[in-house]
Amino acid sequence: MDFELMITSLPKLLNATLITLKLLSASLIFGLFIGLFFAILRVNKNPIVNKFAYGYSYVFRGTPLLVQIFIIYFGLGQIEYLRSTVLWVILKEPYWCAIIAFSLNTGAYTSEILRSAFQTIKPGIIEAGHSLGITSKIIFYKIQIPIAIRQSLPAYGNEIILMMKGTSLASTVTLMDLTGVAKYIISTTFKPIEVFIVAGGIYLFMTFIIHNVIKFLERKYSY
Amino acid sequence: MELLSFGKTGWGDELLIATIMTIAVSITAMLIGFLFALIFTPLKLSKSKFLNLIGNCYTTVIRGVPELLVIYLFFFGGSGAVMYVASIFGYNEYIEINAFITGSFAIGIISGAYSTEVFRGAIQSIDKGQFEASKVLGLKKPIHFFKVIMPQMLRLAIPNLSNVWQITLKDTSLISVTGLVEIMRQSYIAAGSTRDPLFFYSFAAVLYLLLTYLSMKLINRLEVRYSRGY
Repeated sequence: MDFELMITSLPKLLNATLITLKLLSASLIFGLFIGLFFAILRVNKNPIVNKFAYGYSYVFRGTPLLVQIFIIYFGLGQIEYLRSTVLWVILKEPYWCAIIAFSLNTGAYTSEILRSAFQTIKPGIIEAGHSLGITSKIIFYKIQIPIAIRQSLPAYGNEIILMMKGTSLASTVTLMDLTGVAKYIISTTFKPIEVFIVAGGIYLFMTFIIHNVIKFLERKYSY
Repeated sequence: MELLSFGKTGWGDELLIATIMTIAVSITAMLIGFLFALIFTPLKLSKSKFLNLIGNCYTTVIRGVPELLVIYLFFFGGSGAVMYVASIFGYNEYIEINAFITGSFAIGIISGAYSTEVFRGAIQSIDKGQFEASKVLGLKKPIHFFKVIMPQMLRLAIPNLSNVWQITLKDTSLISVTGLVEIMRQSYIAAGSTRDPLFFYSFAAVLYLLLTYLSMKLINRLEVRYSRGY
């Protein structure tokens, strides 16, 4: 055990954790909107809209995240037309490519979580709203969405943790996030176990915090 | 389409072999995972607090740390660890471990943590009466486990195990960083030499979709088979 290496690498790894957290929070925020959008499409009665949303979540959940990042980072740059548009400003940055891939990926999982939450709402609750003369729009925003959010909290907590682990793939497109820096230190010092303990410890600590925050929210919004 | 032809000009045969490699690594990893689950599930269910702690440490650490980090640990630390063990037995030459073994071991340990949770959940949701009844009947321990608990556990575990299989299959794409030529690595090579990354990575995505789709079909059949009588 090389304790000195563990101590000297800690600040570098903590610094890299900031990038991990930035990637995570940006993708979760975008992913939540994408997920909500596709979940609403999924409960739509139009079969074409429905199939489209199902296809989206099927493709993104059935392929590895690594493939998705590579298609967006290496693949999209190949299209000449894209290079001439404003989008290229975003797509040439590995940072934004990673965020786009992560958001689309977590969006697919989130849409599934929210869809099942929408579907488990008892029809009686919606009927009660109707019989009280509340409009469908208000029922949706004030009754269905809050109940769905409460229902999906435990599953969404798992998704946040999975996404946090997913951000480690940013290191494959040259971003120096926590895993990227850990790999760099391992490959220069050849002390994998020490670095793994420190970097893994940071990840575990984040998992612990996320887990407890979700538990706290669950208790707060339980009925 | 020319890019996918077999023979020297196309990448069809290479990608086919790579797909077989992905399947082989996934199955090996899944089996290694079962071995780990076989060790750690009893620990998690045991009455001893200490054994519980060991079991919980395994599943918590592995499920809380990114897969890529675990793979790097094995990739950079694997041959060192084996050489250390070998040096105890007096063998001091350099040993290089095959990428296939390192990869399936790393993915296997990850998939084992998920399998452990699945088996634990399945055993815990078996009705208590079943345990008591087989005790009252005086069944021997192996018969109690293999004839009473296991069939019921499998029925409950298969739907969740199919999730673990999906995760394992997708995780194998990460082994490409160690240089094992599976779908992802082969697409990377092909994309590099033809300068056509969009096509090859999209094709890789199609291959993975195909694999997950086919395995779902197979597992659904298993599910029907094991829920006979319910």
